[in-house]
Amino acid sequence: MDKHMKMSVRNLSFYYGSVQALKNINLEILANRVTALIGPSGCGKTTFLRCLNRMNDVVEGTRVEGQILLDGENIYAPEVDPVQIRRRVGMVFQKSNPFPKTIFENVAYGLRINGSCSKAELTARVEKSLKDAALWNEVADRLHDSAMEVSGGQQQRLCIARALAVEPEVILMDEPASALDPIATQKIEELIQELKEKYTIVIVTHNMQQAARVSDYTAFFYLGELIEVDRTEKIFTKPNIKRTEDYVTGRFG
Amino acid sequence: MKKRLTERLGFLMLYLAGILVLFFLGVILFDIFIKGVGALSWKFLTQPPRMGMTEGGIFPAIMGTFMVSIITVIFAVPLGMFAAIYLNEYAQPGKITRLIRLAIRNLSGVPSIVYGLFGVVLFVQMFRFGTSVVSAGLTLGLLTLPWTITACEEALKTVPKSYREGALALGATKWHSIRTNVLPYAIPGMMTGVILGLSRAAGETAPILFTGAAFFLPHLPKSLFDQFMALPYHLYILATQHHAIEKVRPIAYGTALVLLALILLLNLSAIWVRYRYRQKMRG
Repeated sequence: MDKHMKMSVRNLSFYYGSVQALKNINLEILANRVTALIGPSGCGKTTFLRCLNRMNDVVEGTRVEGQILLDGENIYAPEVDPVQIRRRVGMVFQKSNPFPKTIFENVAYGLRINGSCSKAELTARVEKSLKDAALWNEVADRLHDSAMEVSGGQQQRLCIARALAVEPEVILMDEPASALDPIATQKIEELIQELKEKYTIVIVTHNMQQAARVSDYTAFFYLGELIEVDRTEKIFTKPNIKRTEDYVTGRFG
Repeated sequence: MKKRLTERLGFLMLYLAGILVLFFLGVILFDIFIKGVGALSWKFLTQPPRMGMTEGGIFPAIMGTFMVSIITVIFAVPLGMFAAIYLNEYAQPGKITRLIRLAIRNLSGVPSIVYGLFGVVLFVQMFRFGTSVVSAGLTLGLLTLPWTITACEEALKTVPKSYREGALALGATKWHSIRTNVLPYAIPGMMTGVILGLSRAAGETAPILFTGAAFFLPHLPKSLFDQFMALPYHLYILATQHHAIEKVRPIAYGTALVLLALILLLNLSAIWVRYRYRQKMRG
């Protein structure tokens, strides 16, 4: 087994106030693989995703128990700065959220945070990120137009480019194609396949076919518990647990 | 049939209530314009009062109001803005936050004359600023503070959460995200609120009554620690305290017109800022 454990979730529980949203989750996330999180609405998959880069820290009244290891180090250890974690674990949100700046400035935003980039380097990295997000050909001649003017699918790929620009190690995607038409969705899915060469990807999706198409591993969440995780083809053909089978075959959900 | 009639009657009442507001504003503006426009001239705007304020202009009062407003802005805007940022972005819900909000609500309900007395005690006497432009400006600053804070907070609330989270997810610190991805979009809204607050303050008389406004000064204040003339106070004097009230009535109306025009101008600029901002957010 030469598979590298990029992230390792140990006994993770999560609370909104007194409501427990995640119950003792244990999950390994392999490097350069796509892990899909599926489950009915409200099962905690998005909450779980947001635990992986400590985005839930900014939600008031929440509490985390357990550990999440990133390359063996607990990201919830008291001495760890969540800002550093978020540079290594990027995120693409469900609703594309371009900033009301130009396309160029959107992609450059994360690079400018570090501030040590020269102008030429910045331009090069913006171009590279847009190419990696398969958006370059469509926006190359209008980098200085507002990002709000491009189509929904392009906006979401712009958000992916923006996340890629800071060169994270893991990319979290929260239903990245849920608001997109089938063609834009297909582009995102193809992109995910290319990105896993370089990145580790965790994706939340409501769409079972999408999980089957893009992911190597699938984790099924139900009512805040991780019911089953396995290779994607196994989950979709011969899951070990009855409830998983009921869900992936559409008998409930 | 009866139901329909009741509804129409109700609608008519609401309509009349709306029209009545317009009517009152119209009457006030019309009355002051008609009676005041005769006094207006270039000299009226650029010369000091003469002959026991029965002749001449109101230049020192215009400049006084202008200078005091600047002090008000310098004091109230940063303080109000920072307080709003704290409340909207950083404050954890709890006792202290509730107390701060309670304080802001109560401050906005304090009568302006009480601000005036408070200004005397704090700025004139305790800080030894004397009756001066600074004391009056700071007192008006206090008066506008609740409005400024509320307006700034509302402006911050209009910036979507996704801008903040988007920046955080790229490894920005909270302050960096606020500074580069929230404030730029909130500042026009903040400015609108600040200008409206200022236009209220510029027309106040009670808070400057004891803190720096002078009955009559033939010259401009020599420093910020000098007394000054101000439009609303000048108007008050001309209308109620002058020895020849009937004789100076035209000048009083002229002063009122200038004050109204100034405030209208401020409000218009607030509308303009808001308009520009909406254009920008759409683009």
